[in-house]
Amino acid sequence: MTVKNVVQAVHDTLHEAMMLDERVLVLGEDVGARGGVFRATMGFLDDFGPERVIDTPLDECLIAGLSIGLALDDMRPVAEIQFADFIYPAFNQIVSEAARIRYRSNGDFGVPMVIRAPYGGGVHGALYHSQSIEALFAHVPGLKVVAPSTPYDVKGMLIHAIEDPDPVLFLEHKKTYRLIKGEVPDDRFTVPFGVAEVRRQGDDLTCVAYGLMWHLCLEAAERLAGEGIEIEVIDLRSIYPLDMDTVLQSVGKTGKVMVVHEDNKFLGLGAEISAQIGEQALSELDCPVVRIAPPHVPAMPYSPTLEHWYLPDADRLEQEMRELASY
Amino acid sequence: MKPGKQGKDRHTELGLKEEDLLGMYRCMLLARFCDERQWSLNRQGKAPFVIPVSGHEGAQVGSAWAFERGKDIFCPYYRDMALVLVAGFTVYDVFLGLFGKADDPSSGGRQMPAHWGSKARNIITGSSPISTQVLHAAGLALSKKIKHEDAIVGTWFGEGGTSEGDWHGAMNFAGIHALPLIFVCENNQYAISVHESRQVAGRVYKRAKGYGFPGVVGDGNNILECYKLTKEAVDRARAGEGPTLIELRTYRYYSHTSDDDDRTYRPSAEVQEWKRKDPIPRFERYLKSVDVLDDSVIEEVRGATKVEVTEAAKTAEAADFPDPSTAAKNVFGDIEVV
Ligand SMILES: Cc1ncc(C[n+]2csc(CCOP(=O)(O)OP(=O)(O)O)c2C)c(N)n1
Ligand SMILES: [Mg+2]
Repeated sequence: MTVKNVVQAVHDTLHEAMMLDERVLVLGEDVGARGGVFRATMGFLDDFGPERVIDTPLDECLIAGLSIGLALDDMRPVAEIQFADFIYPAFNQIVSEAARIRYRSNGDFGVPMVIRAPYGGGVHGALYHSQSIEALFAHVPGLKVVAPSTPYDVKGMLIHAIEDPDPVLFLEHKKTYRLIKGEVPDDRFTVPFGVAEVRRQGDDLTCVAYGLMWHLCLEAAERLAGEGIEIEVIDLRSIYPLDMDTVLQSVGKTGKVMVVHEDNKFLGLGAEISAQIGEQALSELDCPVVRIAPPHVPAMPYSPTLEHWYLPDADRLEQEMRELASY
Repeated sequence: MKPGKQGKDRHTELGLKEEDLLGMYRCMLLARFCDERQWSLNRQGKAPFVIPVSGHEGAQVGSAWAFERGKDIFCPYYRDMALVLVAGFTVYDVFLGLFGKADDPSSGGRQMPAHWGSKARNIITGSSPISTQVLHAAGLALSKKIKHEDAIVGTWFGEGGTSEGDWHGAMNFAGIHALPLIFVCENNQYAISVHESRQVAGRVYKRAKGYGFPGVVGDGNNILECYKLTKEAVDRARAGEGPTLIELRTYRYYSHTSDDDDRTYRPSAEVQEWKRKDPIPRFERYLKSVDVLDDSVIEEVRGATKVEVTEAAKTAEAADFPDPSTAAKNVFGDIEVV
């Protein structure tokens, strides 16, 4: 066991993967000499050389398309999109190509590739360094989208992602990079996709979140415990595949659900989760599902007052939870 | 050589044997007759969508012949029926795709016709969005280079395709890394209705210079010239000397697809002019001039090939459609979605 933060876990796991499997290579902008703008590939260039640590031209479409070609030739590319906000030039290659290649070839071809993308806000990143992109991509059949947010999960799920037969969008919340620390086993292990983790047990209310948000939910839940309100906090970890079993099981216990995310509310993950609860567990509900998510504005604004307005924090979550629990 | 030879032998110095010439000729004919057949099936209401190849056979067969089957990788686009016939498709395969039958090697009837792909034949699965395959080709070429494999990669596209960002991204990267990658532009002067002059300021092949590697241009209706230019590029790539852009100037004889009407944008005089440059009769004239074929043999081969195509179309028409219960298969490698 070693205590690490999230970005160290990314770094060490990738490094190990490259040591173990010659087919694994990293590519992206500034991943070489600079070691990535978040230091996820620090020292890789020295250790693995420029053939396996590729500083690409500034072209996200290229990064995705090249990765597809590499994967088609049985390499295991791990591409870095410097900020999730800059993934859109690659949208066509990811959505129309990577996601559809297995289906369109009726299983003849597959693209085992990973795209890592730092996402999320609360870091004064404003419109173009704060975005949450999960709903856009999770909508696309053929893609797996995961958002681990502990050093343990990052290791287990990154190893799984590299071994996965399909394209994986691996979302790393950039605020968790240095904020969230935890123990990571030194041995190799994997965390499967599509398995949520109950981070806190409780009977009064189910809180479903992922990324930075479940950490804030947990903080709010701990405070409410002092008032005798017991909140169950679920960290989804994986967006697609989505572990609805864990959610439904909890709903059966609490009868009240709050879904929390940074991505916009309209057609966000909360919409899907609440629809599935409606389809499968309506009679278990004591009250409507509540979604705590940003309003329909294009992205997180810069000024601290505006950023605060946009992003749920523990204080606001505590208040919302208290209200819902007393419904 | 038999006596009585009138023409100058241009194929021997290119390393082409008589069996190569006959193989090339056969692929051109198969493609042309498949095209004629698919249009007639379209008119009969049996093939909802047709993407024609006619006119491009010289460019496709000539360029594809320079690659080594079973070793090199093909990243074609929808126009490339003659090319995939070189790469190992049969005419039966072509018609299975046309009808959307279960055994269509490209997609099992999932994709529109002419969206070629087959792992066994080293043909990378293609899609509709223009020029996406060019970046896959760059990734494959990079992989071959990293692995120090002898294989090289070819990718084909129209001149319209050279406007997409994917294309420029691939050219840029191929130049930087001296990839074993051949870019082949089948320039038929139109992207649906948009003329080349509205697509490219200057010439396609000259774009290579800006990316730091050679660009060459040739007569796409002269199959031997297409072969020569591509073979030189292939030899260079195999020797580690990097990519080449080859522009092959040609013309398509039908509309863009069965959903298009080219009379709305192409003068018929222009179409007629290019039909006089048809790559197939032109190659036949060459084959006769070097005594590889004569008129009666040509007639015989054409007749037999036509029958072969008609038979294959019939068999494919009778083949099974995919079972709808399979429609949700192969979305993921390890998850069943339904
Ligand atoms: C990204 C994208 N935009 C538009 C289209 C529609 N489209 C299909 S073929 C085509 C013209 C392509 O012309 P060119 O590349 O010259 O190839 P050609 O058909 O002439 O062989 C267009 C606009 C498409 N398939 N993909
Ligand atoms: Mg064209």
